[in-house]
Amino acid sequence: MFGLPRKLAVDSAELQRRFYALAREHHPDFHQAAPAEERARIEATSALVNAAYRTLRDPIARVEYLVRLEEGRETKEGDIDKPKAPPALLQEMFEIQEALAEARSEAAKGALDETTRATLAEQRESLRARLKDEETRLAGPLSARWDSAAPAERPAILAAFKEALATRAYLRTVIADLTETLGGDTEELGRAIEGRHGSAEAPRTRGGMGGHIGAPHQ
Amino acid sequence: MSSRIIGIDLGTTNSLVAYVDEATGLPRVIPDADGRPLLPSVVAFTPDGIVVGEPARRQLARRPADTVYSVKRLMGRGFEDVKDEARYLPFRILAGEGLVRLAVGGREVTPPEVSAVVLKALKERAERHFGESVEKAVVTVPAYFNDAQRQATKDAGRIAGLDVVRIVNEPTAASLAYGLHRLSEGVVAVYDLGGGTFDVSILRVKDGVFEVLATNGDTHLGGDDFDRVLALWLLEDIAARHHTELDRDCVDLARDPEAMQELRLAAEAAKIRLSSEERTTLTLPFAGFTYRREMTRADLERLVEPLVRRTLGPCRRALADAGLSAADIDEVVLVGGSTRVPLVRRRVQELFGKTPHSQLNPDEVVALGAAVQAHILAGGITNMLLLDVTPLSLGIESLGGIVNVLIPRNTTIPTSAREMFTTSADGQTLVDLHVLQGERELAKDCRSLGRFELRIDPMPAGMPKIEVTFLIDANGILQVQAKEQRSDKAASIEVKPTYGLNEAEVGRMIEDSFTYAEADVETRMLIEARNEADTVLVHAGRALKQGAHLVDVAERAAIETAVAALRAARSGDDRDRIHEATTAVNRATEHLAEVLMDAALKGALGSRRATEILGER
Repeated sequence: MFGLPRKLAVDSAELQRRFYALAREHHPDFHQAAPAEERARIEATSALVNAAYRTLRDPIARVEYLVRLEEGRETKEGDIDKPKAPPALLQEMFEIQEALAEARSEAAKGALDETTRATLAEQRESLRARLKDEETRLAGPLSARWDSAAPAERPAILAAFKEALATRAYLRTVIADLTETLGGDTEELGRAIEGRHGSAEAPRTRGGMGGHIGAPHQ
Repeated sequence: MSSRIIGIDLGTTNSLVAYVDEATGLPRVIPDADGRPLLPSVVAFTPDGIVVGEPARRQLARRPADTVYSVKRLMGRGFEDVKDEARYLPFRILAGEGLVRLAVGGREVTPPEVSAVVLKALKERAERHFGESVEKAVVTVPAYFNDAQRQATKDAGRIAGLDVVRIVNEPTAASLAYGLHRLSEGVVAVYDLGGGTFDVSILRVKDGVFEVLATNGDTHLGGDDFDRVLALWLLEDIAARHHTELDRDCVDLARDPEAMQELRLAAEAAKIRLSSEERTTLTLPFAGFTYRREMTRADLERLVEPLVRRTLGPCRRALADAGLSAADIDEVVLVGGSTRVPLVRRRVQELFGKTPHSQLNPDEVVALGAAVQAHILAGGITNMLLLDVTPLSLGIESLGGIVNVLIPRNTTIPTSAREMFTTSADGQTLVDLHVLQGERELAKDCRSLGRFELRIDPMPAGMPKIEVTFLIDANGILQVQAKEQRSDKAASIEVKPTYGLNEAEVGRMIEDSFTYAEADVETRMLIEARNEADTVLVHAGRALKQGAHLVDVAERAAIETAVAALRAARSGDDRDRIHEATTAVNRATEHLAEVLMDAALKGALGSRRATEILGER
């Protein structure tokens, strides 16, 4: 769409320039006089352009999109085997989860005591640092490796992507839970909820009276 | 049909209409016949008809129960949302489900109908200016308005006979107005504190594209709240200083809508004076005593500081969502009348570390920007493009009352998301979707936009594949489409807005708006004359009661004669006669008013002349 090479390393200034050009071309503002059907089509195209830019400007979203493309999936949640966080991480997090569960029951009874609060806050900080490292690795060296890899090497990198994405999702969920238990300010909570929506660990059944069957995101 | 599109700022306190002058390429506000650019967003439902703007504003204190102001705060809202605020409003808000309804002038009206009266007045103003009919408009709303509030604004347009071709966010509109000449390329923060709402938007301006990166705000925070805290403080002060008189006369000011409205107006006036002066004197005559006190800017700032502080959180959140820090902001633009308050300017400057722009009149800049957007839509400008975002996350309720976010906040619009749904029971023909807006995890904490009922042909459970497309259009308004994929048949959707009007209701209101047409010009002027007469009669009566002993018998008799003549004239339909009689009473009481004021001020403010203080009122 943007006429850029299919690589994870994206020239963001160039991407923005091309996005503005496409946005101009397809924005409903410049097609007011068109018949209703044409306007609806323009609106859909415009939405697509916006979504594409949103995906490509963010290095992590780029990787997620690439994984979906490579697996031939159009949908985000449609895959049968959910990306799993590495077992080593799960084991490592076991302790934190325990402490968290304890703190939660404590919080249900009344306020958290200061020592518990401090410990949890400290853990949250270290997890945040880890999350940042993971994201940097994903967007940096790992993405660069993909761009220069021979076709034969790609499946291995793809697997590494998936593991890193799962680790990231897991870390975000734990951070969100910690924040919730700590009763963070609304700003924190907003971020916490976002983390939750990206969670790979807790697939939720969706839908109203009916069930939900996978979500084709564009 | 004319293809002209006007730009309208439908404000909490004042509204304006503007257009882009073809000759200069610059946007201009259209003033009324008397040259006033602002139309007070006040609508009075009188026995003689509907009155809007300045004449309605002037009778706020006299007919508090039938004069609606700040209706924008009620747009797209339910009774539960506004019941706390309703305690301070002198007109009646009816308890009930769905959107707010008001009982004024002996009938029930909804906020969109009240706003429609204001829009219609602006439409007529534009039509007089152009000498031709005007049917299309761009109308601005606070960036943080949700879907229901935007829809309500669109409905108001339809009721007023206007096709609202675009809803534009106020801070973004302001940036367009500045963008024409004054903004260089870079990242801009627009801080918009109006009469009733607060918005902050962070934009990147580059190559003629105005890309909103993030927006945040509070649709219930504005100058009205400043006035209210000040009015409540005055109420306490009056109760403390004059409890003897109040007890003696068994008066409870808090329960007297007229007195409360007087207090609110006095508070507003004092707030405005304190933006340019360090101190001011408030003088409020009540039956039986006159309240006066000196107030300093510091007094006001102490009272409004918590409100100003409440604007800073949204600013920080917008910065965080844009992935920026305050240091990344190149320019800050101030919009909205409340940014004239020096404390607001100081806090904004501290937060962003920049001297904010305020060259354009903060009352007019939004309307000017709306005119620019209207001109873009009409094809008059092709090198500017506005890319706005949706302010709130959109989601659907899933099992357990959890919100499943489909479109996160600050996504560039138009934007869409597709979801697949199926049935859980054999032969199920109805799938119910609950659409919500907000940032909280639980549906009950988010804003319910409405329920969408998808009707499909009966099939075994799990067989149907219904693809639902949620599109947020360039107005920030949600459109939902559904298709059953196996049959490739569009599923019918019935929309049940939680806080909105359905088609039939809007249709009825359009008809009603003709039945209850705004009183014609002649009638309006007569009403205005009568209103003026009423005000003068009240003041004269009060003056006579308080100061009869201060003037001689002849003067008293002259006043009484003039008052009687005005009473007689007022009951008739002769506007000129009412005018003359009003002027006569004014002249007859001039001396008494001065004597009264001097007497009242003696001692407390000995050095200042009464006329100086009168001049301030």
